[in-house]
Amino acid sequence: MKFLIDNFWTLTSTGLTQGAIYALIALGYTLVYGVLQLINFAHSEVFMVGSFFAMWTLNALASHEGHAGALLIIGLLVLAGIAAMIGSGITALFVEFIAYRPLRRRNAPRLVFLISAIGASIAISEAFGIFISRNILPVPQLVQPKVVLTLFGSQIYNMQVIIVAASIVMMVGLDQFIRRTRLGRGVRAVAQDQDTAALMGVNKDRVIALTFLLGGLMAGGAALLYTQQFGLTRFNVGFLLGIKAFTAAVLGGIGNLRGALLGGLVLGLAENYGSALVGSQWRDVVAFVLLIVILMFRPTGILGESLGKARA
Amino acid sequence: MLLEITDLQVFYGRIQALHGVSLYVAQGEIVALIGANGAGKTTTMRAVSGLRPAAHGRIRFDGEDITKLRADLRVRRGISQAPEGRGIFPGMTVLENLDMGTYARRPGREQRQQDLERVFGLFPRLKERRMQVAGTMSGGEQQMLTIGRALMARPKLLLLDEPSMGLAPMLISQIFSIIKEINGQGVTVLVVEQNAQQSLSIADRAYILETGLIVTQGKGRDLLADPAVKAAYLGVA
Ligand SMILES: Nc1ncnc2c1ncn2[C@@H]1O[C@H](COP(=O)(O)OP(=O)(O)OP(=O)(O)O)[C@@H](O)[C@H]1O
Ligand SMILES: [Mg+2]
Repeated sequence: MKFLIDNFWTLTSTGLTQGAIYALIALGYTLVYGVLQLINFAHSEVFMVGSFFAMWTLNALASHEGHAGALLIIGLLVLAGIAAMIGSGITALFVEFIAYRPLRRRNAPRLVFLISAIGASIAISEAFGIFISRNILPVPQLVQPKVVLTLFGSQIYNMQVIIVAASIVMMVGLDQFIRRTRLGRGVRAVAQDQDTAALMGVNKDRVIALTFLLGGLMAGGAALLYTQQFGLTRFNVGFLLGIKAFTAAVLGGIGNLRGALLGGLVLGLAENYGSALVGSQWRDVVAFVLLIVILMFRPTGILGESLGKARA
Repeated sequence: MLLEITDLQVFYGRIQALHGVSLYVAQGEIVALIGANGAGKTTTMRAVSGLRPAAHGRIRFDGEDITKLRADLRVRRGISQAPEGRGIFPGMTVLENLDMGTYARRPGREQRQQDLERVFGLFPRLKERRMQVAGTMSGGEQQMLTIGRALMARPKLLLLDEPSMGLAPMLISQIFSIIKEINGQGVTVLVVEQNAQQSLSIADRAYILETGLIVTQGKGRDLLADPAVKAAYLGVA
């Protein structure tokens, strides 16, 4: 208890950083669920592929050591981020085209989609494990850790600020896209009522592909941030992180974009406070106990409503 | 002929809902399709708008065969349906719902404003409520919204599925005069109704559907006077 109180602000900043990454990944689960009522279990691999793309880009471009200028670092990070988003986006579309669309054409029962999702997840992860490496792979961290401000006696690092800020920018962008643009309205229309959406001239398949792509882009951004925070990736890096992000999505209310944000942050904070209380080996247990407890009292998650019904 | 349906058969799984329906709608007409519950009126509408596939038969629209065309592409050809019941997007505002009506044709700012004014002219209530979340509106208001939204698509053919359902008697006659007005603006209308009295009196022609088959057809006012129709559909003994 004393540890928790003494380190409260440090734990908070770590929790928020972690939570921001969870939230970005959670968006992918929530978007697809909102439109298809389907848990895309392969989304964890969408994230994983993004982290590999970030690694490859940084390995290729940032190999020479030494202190690069701030502008160069930012440029490299943006490039790696774009690469990760492309990798994740393509993977998400690939999963939709190969694993789900053919099943939709045949009106397959819901359970079949679930199995297809798990299959796609394992196949992609193992393909990377077999053809690339099963080892933990280091990723160059471009940002030299530096304390940028001290808040209530706790130190906030530059990377934490970058992660939280970048996540917020991406989430606000997505939120505005869904709320304000014509295509975003199309996504919400399909989420609320597929038949009526078709009567408006909305091409359902195109909207579904778009939601997978958007989820992929968010996961790609998260992947870059993750590699910069931890300096590594692995073929199965998506597994636990995917489950956590999925937990965050359910926690906030699956299908609800702002719920994903809230769920991610709550989960990140709870993990850090919880492991300070009962020991860090209990971190993952804390996450899932929290999920169970919240769902006991609020079965639809904290914010509840779906992408369709939410005004978000 | 704007719309021509020939020998249309539609199934739900093994249940056959339409057993060979043939009807046509000429440019500029109001055509009513009436019939008891479960006769297949909604099914006919859904087949025309493309939500339900035709197992047999042909649908021609504006000179082209659209039997196999996807629903969202039929909207682009000029068919717009106001669905039965509360077929609105409940989580969107009234304005967003109306904007969904223009999804396929992407009007410019001015065009959109013009179309909105036209809809608000027909349904002043929608203008007052334009920022309200549609799911919280009354049944009658939602009904107006589905019609207004369908008009935003600037259709050649407007399909109305029970526009008077759940409306107060005052509003019912108002809705039918609005349908006349829309038709007067050059929109061809195919309207499905339980309310035979009202729909027959505004319709140029009408069809009566019974368990998936057209049993009677004729001019609206002739059917109104037909003793058999009176007995079956107008509640007159
Ligand atoms: N989704 C469905 N699955 C199975 N059967 C259906 C389905 N929808 C309609 N039917 C059946 O098809 C027949 C025609 O239904 P339809 O909805 O077209 O009737 P309707 O004339 O519109 O009736 P109402 O006036 O009650 O709206 C009915 O027997 C109905 O039970
Ligand atoms: Mg009906």
